[in-house]
Amino acid sequence: MSMKSSTRQVDGVTIVDLSGRITLGEGSVVLRDTVRDLLSKGQKKILLNLGEVNYIDSSGIGELVSAFTTAKNQGGELKLLNLTKKVHDLLQITKLYTVFDVKDDEAGAVKSFG
Amino acid sequence: MAANRVSYTLDSTLETVNNAEETAGRMAAEAGFDEEEIMKISMAVREAAVNAVLHGNAYDPNKKVTLAFERTVHDLVIVIRDQGKGLDVSRIPDPLSPDNLMKTSGRGIFLIRSFMDVVEIHPSQTGTELRMTKHVHGNPADSKEAPQ
Repeated sequence: MSMKSSTRQVDGVTIVDLSGRITLGEGSVVLRDTVRDLLSKGQKKILLNLGEVNYIDSSGIGELVSAFTTAKNQGGELKLLNLTKKVHDLLQITKLYTVFDVKDDEAGAVKSFG
Repeated sequence: MAANRVSYTLDSTLETVNNAEETAGRMAAEAGFDEEEIMKISMAVREAAVNAVLHGNAYDPNKKVTLAFERTVHDLVIVIRDQGKGLDVSRIPDPLSPDNLMKTSGRGIFLIRSFMDVVEIHPSQTGTELRMTKHVHGNPADSKEAPQ
């Protein structure tokens, strides 16, 4: 299954609900285009909801890093919400878990943005 | 020792990456691995296939990827070979190093090594062969990194 993405606004934060696979090819491109589009529109508080992302490969991990860095470089913030066990474990293995700001409660995550 | 071997010759396309991953998952299931191990094996094969298609053959339609599975009593052995210029093993970065942590690529081989019990990389001028083994019964005492 390829990746699907939809966005919604909650208290000034753009929540991106992602589902499917973030892998080399379509999934990574969808994520990249979504984040770049939001930043270009000035929506710089981005919460990626990965609760329905059941698979991610090294390209997908790279795309998450790229999204995080791109947002930060443009004065924005990008946080992760609702990691599945597979994605959680991958971020642990790659030592990226502590790099990202990872949340497991949507309301709390929204409030955490400055 | 009885062994079952099957091999495929595949085009250098993104579809090959997906097919290799799916086939690995099926082979791992047939070998009796649990769901978590199946995920690790199929992901390792996906990463190896990405390396072969992108970095080895560079999507060249004239170059093929060969993928072979061999099932023995103790192991599932998977070999992926490309027809590229040969991977320079000395230049594989450590993705956990602080300098590389925020890089957007360079984690494939690391994940393969994390998920499989034995990983051997054999580069040559006519391509790279990546051979990875998962012990069927997962004996940690057997786990080791093969010399390269």
